[in-house]
Amino acid sequence: MGFGIWLPSSKGIPLKFLRQTFAIVQKDLAAELRTKENLSAMVVFALIVLVIFNFAFELQGVDITVVGAGVLWVAFTFSGILGLGRSFAAERDKGSLEGVLLSPVDRGAVFLGKAISNFIFIAVMQAATLPLFAILNNVALPWFPLVPYVLLGTFGFAAMGTLLSAIAASTKMREVMLPILLFPVSIPLLMAAVKLTGGALQARAFAEVALWFNLLILYDVLFLVVAFWVFEYVVEE
Amino acid sequence: MSAPLLAVEKLDKQFGARWALRGVTFQVAPGEIVALVGPNGAGKTTLLRILGTLTRPNGGRVFVRDTHRATLDRADAARAAIGFVGHQTFMYDDLTARENLNFYARLYDLTERAQRIRAVAARVGIEHRLDDLTRTLSRGLQQRLTIARVLLHQPAVLLLDEPYTGLDKAAADMLDQIMLDAKSAGRAILFSTHDLARGLAVCDRAIMLKAGRIVHDLPRAGWRDLAGFMEIYAHVLAGAK
Repeated sequence: MGFGIWLPSSKGIPLKFLRQTFAIVQKDLAAELRTKENLSAMVVFALIVLVIFNFAFELQGVDITVVGAGVLWVAFTFSGILGLGRSFAAERDKGSLEGVLLSPVDRGAVFLGKAISNFIFIAVMQAATLPLFAILNNVALPWFPLVPYVLLGTFGFAAMGTLLSAIAASTKMREVMLPILLFPVSIPLLMAAVKLTGGALQARAFAEVALWFNLLILYDVLFLVVAFWVFEYVVEE
Repeated sequence: MSAPLLAVEKLDKQFGARWALRGVTFQVAPGEIVALVGPNGAGKTTLLRILGTLTRPNGGRVFVRDTHRATLDRADAARAAIGFVGHQTFMYDDLTARENLNFYARLYDLTERAQRIRAVAARVGIEHRLDDLTRTLSRGLQQRLTIARVLLHQPAVLLLDEPYTGLDKAAADMLDQIMLDAKSAGRAILFSTHDLARGLAVCDRAIMLKAGRIVHDLPRAGWRDLAGFMEIYAHVLAGAK
């Protein structure tokens, strides 16, 4: 049973499942690399958030290692929402999602492909945001363990965001629906991500943030499994 | 008579309080081309979308080859045997025609993709535009690309919803020939059209739908020419409840 739990309808053909998953990832990356519409909007938005916060905190003389994690995750999540919102909206608008659903592809592969694409887009945005954060605030970032913590938080956020983006895209008020759906659900995950990021910025020992790390892993797994299972019922009419 | 490639039994579909399909039952045999005709809102698109596995019916069963689709238990097998052309192209504007076809070939897990893509592109006459972005193609060329997508995996059943949309005369003639070739290869073809003159010229049978019900299922021998068919069509639609 084991593997079947994770790949419920792939009928014991995980290689085909993986090929289809990566076909979707490559398609998304190729389209984005050609237009750069999504990524550029995400990066610019995140940078604007950082600049605004930088001016706000500079005036008050706040210790950036204390509030920096919150600033970063505000930028990541708000900017991430922009990208997630377009993830399925574009597919729905042009009917191309139906083309995908017509083919004998496991819906789990569609979900996973879209989630990986979204994860990559958000990670690229973060890669542009973190150095600017360091420059603006004149802090030396502890890349390890900061980057793993940020990526772990992004993993769960992208997984749940992909599912909810598919739900929101089928509603009339999709731009409004996605944040309304995603932020409340993501609160525990974002709390853990902020605490871990703060721990990294303040150079705290892992033992001090281990609880948050475990919580983040738990939510990553939970979000991935739930989204993987529910996705089929969301996209099928 | 050989077993049908497509069998539909008592299919029902309801949108809110309105019945889009009621007790639709018919079969399409290998090598048979069936035209689906009827006024706007008759249920043609809904029927084709259900058969294409895009919409879930409220009741009834659909068999593609030996696959029981209605319960979704083997939908993947049915999908592999179906080629569907809908109202939208299902193409990605920011990919080239070749990239789009390659993407779908990968979803169908096809081998020898490059050769297949070249072959279907040549078949629909877009081989010289394969490396152009899809958004730069005209509506007619995008429709040809859509038909190429459907031919990629050589499906046993072709479901075509208004396939002549956007096609010029040469392209429409080409589509007729593609359907006739599919018929010769033993495939089953079900298509909807409002272009009765063209549709009737190529089909073996015409199913008339009105208000979600089949009101007439007429073999080719049942009408002498277009005028004769129109006479029957008008009579049936006027009389059907």
